[in-house]
Amino acid sequence: MTASTASTASAASTALTEDPPRARGRRGRAGRAALTTLTWVVAVLFVFPLVWMVLTSFKQEADAYTDPPRLFFTPTLDQFARVLDRGFLPYLGNSAFVTVLSTLFVLLLGVPAAYALSLAPVRGTSNALGFFLSTKMLPIVAAIIPLYVIAQNVQLLDNVWALVVLYTAMNLPLAIWMMRSFFLEVPKEVIEAGQMDGARLPTLLLRVVLPVVAPGIAATALICVIFSWTEFFYAVNLTSARAGSVPVFLVGFITSEGLYWAQLSAAALLASLPVVIVGWIAQNYLVRGLSMGAVK
Amino acid sequence: MTAVELALPTTTSQDRDHPVQPRSDRGAWKRRAPLLPALVFTIAVTQVPFLLTVFYSFQSWNLVRPGSQHFVGLRNYVDVFADSQFRGAMLNTVVLTVVCVLVAMLLGLGLALLLDRAFLGRGVVRTLLITPFLILPAAGALLWKTTMFDPTYGLLNFVLGGETDWLSEFPLASVMAQVVWQWTPFMMLLILAGLQSQSKEVLEAAQVDGAGRWRTFASITLPQLSRFLQLAALLGAIYVVNSFDAIFLMTQGGPGTASTNLPYYIYQRAFEGFDIGQSSAMGVIVVILTMIVSTFTLRLMFRAFDVSGGVR
Repeated sequence: MTASTASTASAASTALTEDPPRARGRRGRAGRAALTTLTWVVAVLFVFPLVWMVLTSFKQEADAYTDPPRLFFTPTLDQFARVLDRGFLPYLGNSAFVTVLSTLFVLLLGVPAAYALSLAPVRGTSNALGFFLSTKMLPIVAAIIPLYVIAQNVQLLDNVWALVVLYTAMNLPLAIWMMRSFFLEVPKEVIEAGQMDGARLPTLLLRVVLPVVAPGIAATALICVIFSWTEFFYAVNLTSARAGSVPVFLVGFITSEGLYWAQLSAAALLASLPVVIVGWIAQNYLVRGLSMGAVK
Repeated sequence: MTAVELALPTTTSQDRDHPVQPRSDRGAWKRRAPLLPALVFTIAVTQVPFLLTVFYSFQSWNLVRPGSQHFVGLRNYVDVFADSQFRGAMLNTVVLTVVCVLVAMLLGLGLALLLDRAFLGRGVVRTLLITPFLILPAAGALLWKTTMFDPTYGLLNFVLGGETDWLSEFPLASVMAQVVWQWTPFMMLLILAGLQSQSKEVLEAAQVDGAGRWRTFASITLPQLSRFLQLAALLGAIYVVNSFDAIFLMTQGGPGTASTNLPYYIYQRAFEGFDIGQSSAMGVIVVILTMIVSTFTLRLMFRAFDVSGGVR
């Protein structure tokens, strides 16, 4: 299995890479095949916990607790049915609501700010940027107590809107930094040319700037979605049965009747799937956003 | 029309030379307008709670005893500094952050180097490798606690043999393993981005000049990579320092306080001990320590991204 993968891989890689002027010969080819095999082995080992989670989610509980662990079994969808029976869907709905709304708010507040800090900079730009980033350095534990007390006083405890507001604040600083770096990529000449033609600012922004920065904004939104969907600390401390997001649903597994591994795996899989799929599809946006636009 | 002129400096020669200088105070405020909503919102949601934390930290206040709130001056701080568990949690936080960020970066660098070449299934491998970053940290933590670390049915003991109870014998190391696993893909993606932004010509020139692979890596790739490594370390540290999910779900800070970090300890004091005053004092201390560390790292960040200029 490994050998055949390796040989096809080496053939393909010689076909794909432009070899440096000096041909490397047989030793180079064997070396590349070995490297490809190594890469694959490392990758599979690295994600094995997840592969195991997927396998376990299709098991009966009896198949999940075996020594040695069982690789072959009769697959079943029972665990997914049980997860849905436990009332998973409302949590999923809360997560979706909070993620979508907080990401929208981040864009609404962040796009103008990023514009002001890049294409139309004012004095104090770097102070503002520094301020935004420094709020990310405030440990969230330092704010959770007053947030809890405030939420309690204004009836926002266990309310999705509390999470919407907090996730917007949580993602906004990073989003402004990212979007600013995308706005900086807009060539000045393009804007000036547009102005020569007498375009007004809104038209200019919509017609000239937006098309250039759109992929960057998408990348930023994707990262906000990931961080909102996976956020745990605020969710666990400020919400429970009514407004809980999917991580809160997972916590139910340790606090109630002990751990059911197969059911837990099914729940973990369902809870993670939306963001995993979005992340897989938009990988390049992910790289783009995280590297602050350094990679296109 | 005025908005255009104010927002986008153009035509006049003076403006072309100093595009950053605002023309007048009124103009400057107009230019600042798009920034204000974000600024006001961020101040309201992040700074106001923190000021309240400072206020609470001078109070004696137990949540379950209404009306117990009164001013006690610095007593909470004295108590916190005398608390050996707090110091232990602080040490654990430092160890957890430093070790996880470093190990994840090294692993990420290794994986990125493996991926930075054409081979069969490269896209699939990259997709596989980023997945641990995309799944819920809570799911990852529960998964490792059960199917990996369980002494009887866990995969780790199946592979290694023995009956080691990882979570009680090596609690902090087990938590770190999970955190590293979660953050390695993030580091890998960033470093890979750095590797791929290198200019091909420079690398080829080095090869033509007879520089070996190692030499090329050390004197061309690494310096080019440094700002990506800094960014990765900074962003990683911001998130890892706040690690809560893994500890909450895997060890509950235990056994004893062996794997308690500051976020978890403050959480315990506030939501299980209901001691608002003391946990607020801890929060304030954590913020002051973080500020000292982050002033330093922010400066690095600014140098790496050349922010001061405003316009590139």
